[in-house]
Amino acid sequence: MSAMDSHISVQGVHKVFQSGGQDVYALKAIDLEIARGEFVCLLGPSGCGKSTLLNAVAGFSLPSSGHIVVEGARIGAPGPDRGMVFQEYALFPWMTVEQNIAFGLQIKGQPKAAIQSKVDSLLGLLHLQDFRKRFPKDLSGGMRQRVAIARVLALDSPIMLMDEPFGALDALTRRNLQDELLRLWTELKKTILFVTHSIEEALYLADRTVVMTYRPGTIKRDLRVDLPRPRDVASPGFNALKKELSLLLMEEQNRHEQDEFRGAAVD
Amino acid sequence: MKRYKHAASGILVPLAALALWQLLSAKGWVNATILPSPMQVLTKWWTYLRPLEAFDPAQGSYLKWCFSGELPQDAMGSLYRVLVGFAIGTGLALPLGLAMGYSKVVYALFNPLIQVLRPIPPIAYIPLSILWFGLGNPPAIFLISIGAFFPVLMNTVTGVQNVDSIYLRVGRNLGASRFTQFTRIILPAATPYIFTGARIGMGTAFIVVIVSEMIAVNNGLGYRILEAREYLWSDKIIAGMFTIGLLGLGIDTVMSRLSSRMLRWHRGLEQG
Repeated sequence: MSAMDSHISVQGVHKVFQSGGQDVYALKAIDLEIARGEFVCLLGPSGCGKSTLLNAVAGFSLPSSGHIVVEGARIGAPGPDRGMVFQEYALFPWMTVEQNIAFGLQIKGQPKAAIQSKVDSLLGLLHLQDFRKRFPKDLSGGMRQRVAIARVLALDSPIMLMDEPFGALDALTRRNLQDELLRLWTELKKTILFVTHSIEEALYLADRTVVMTYRPGTIKRDLRVDLPRPRDVASPGFNALKKELSLLLMEEQNRHEQDEFRGAAVD
Repeated sequence: MKRYKHAASGILVPLAALALWQLLSAKGWVNATILPSPMQVLTKWWTYLRPLEAFDPAQGSYLKWCFSGELPQDAMGSLYRVLVGFAIGTGLALPLGLAMGYSKVVYALFNPLIQVLRPIPPIAYIPLSILWFGLGNPPAIFLISIGAFFPVLMNTVTGVQNVDSIYLRVGRNLGASRFTQFTRIILPAATPYIFTGARIGMGTAFIVVIVSEMIAVNNGLGYRILEAREYLWSDKIIAGMFTIGLLGLGIDTVMSRLSSRMLRWHRGLEQG
């Protein structure tokens, strides 16, 4: 695929930061093309730069060099065309479920009636009708993440960025929301860039799983997952891929741990 | 049921204290001028509370007559000064606090001066306040507004500075302008701190009003108990003190109800 047809195009991106007087490459020479409507997972151990890459696409922290092109335009700042779902939900606690979802639309300056009908349909889509007047503190983790997803969907952005959105949820809720997300993705045809450290989650969800290396953050493997959906996590095909990714990830995890031990020895 | 039980046990200690007090007076173990009996205080309290003259429709409404006693007049005078002083102090502290919390430049400009002025107790401003404003309400209100100013200011600054950056990131992601970020994210996120500051500020204002009335004003609850001392009316002093205590409790209850109502969304108040 050429950069021309890509929805998101990451071109020669480096991200350098200083640590103890040394340059640390959080991202090094990253090239990544993501097609419209593609579901891509970034997979790797903590500290591999997958969140850094996601934040760069979101526009929260710009690359030290190289650039990121979305819809043919270079990214300079965060924007509602790339809605983000955070791991820690990040709902506004002083707003009700309804108000949280409506906030992005109010910012866009949409008329009240349009906002109301959009919010109503999203509440329905994510099964949140009975919770519209609740405050986030009264919701479970799974419910909060539904609201966070609805808040991003309200923006009608073609791209959804997700930063370990289900990392804090219990296994059942997690599977539930994964299925829900796949349903929404099929229905709404979004391009999704999804960060996770769970191999199973990546294989269950993604069209492509991009494995990243631990410092410097590079792309170790770009794996197309061709298993038919809904995917059976117990199938031989799934397990073969899982094993393959486990080995790749284990190498990175070991490098990460050695690095930490070295750090501890220096201290 | 449990609630009543708690209420009942809450009354035990005050009752015991009252009984001890009554015993001390009844046995004549203490001089009645130094510590009058509870009954004597209660009688005096009633005299202090009730209207001075009989009801006369020509003089105005019944409600007005009800509040024409010395104590209601004093209480209203004190309350008026507290509210005006608090409003001025908060009205100045809030915008400055928001600006200092939001902008590092404003913070750098104002913080040194604030840090020098803040430890000065409002009481220390008394001589200057009289010099500047003479006697009566103006110096009292000046002192009260200083008392309310600093707690509100400090808490507002902290509140704005401590807004979780994740909310600001979400705001930027949703495309919020700086103005929207401020009004819809920073301001509401800081309200728990601001309310705490307001409650402390109100408490300080209430302390300062009593002191300022002892020095610069010739009515109000603070003035009245000092006046009573001149005549050795210890029963009136004690009645006045209880009135001050009850009024303070009332104000604090209103403040705390108001803040729990406005901060229903806040996690920290769940048990409150």
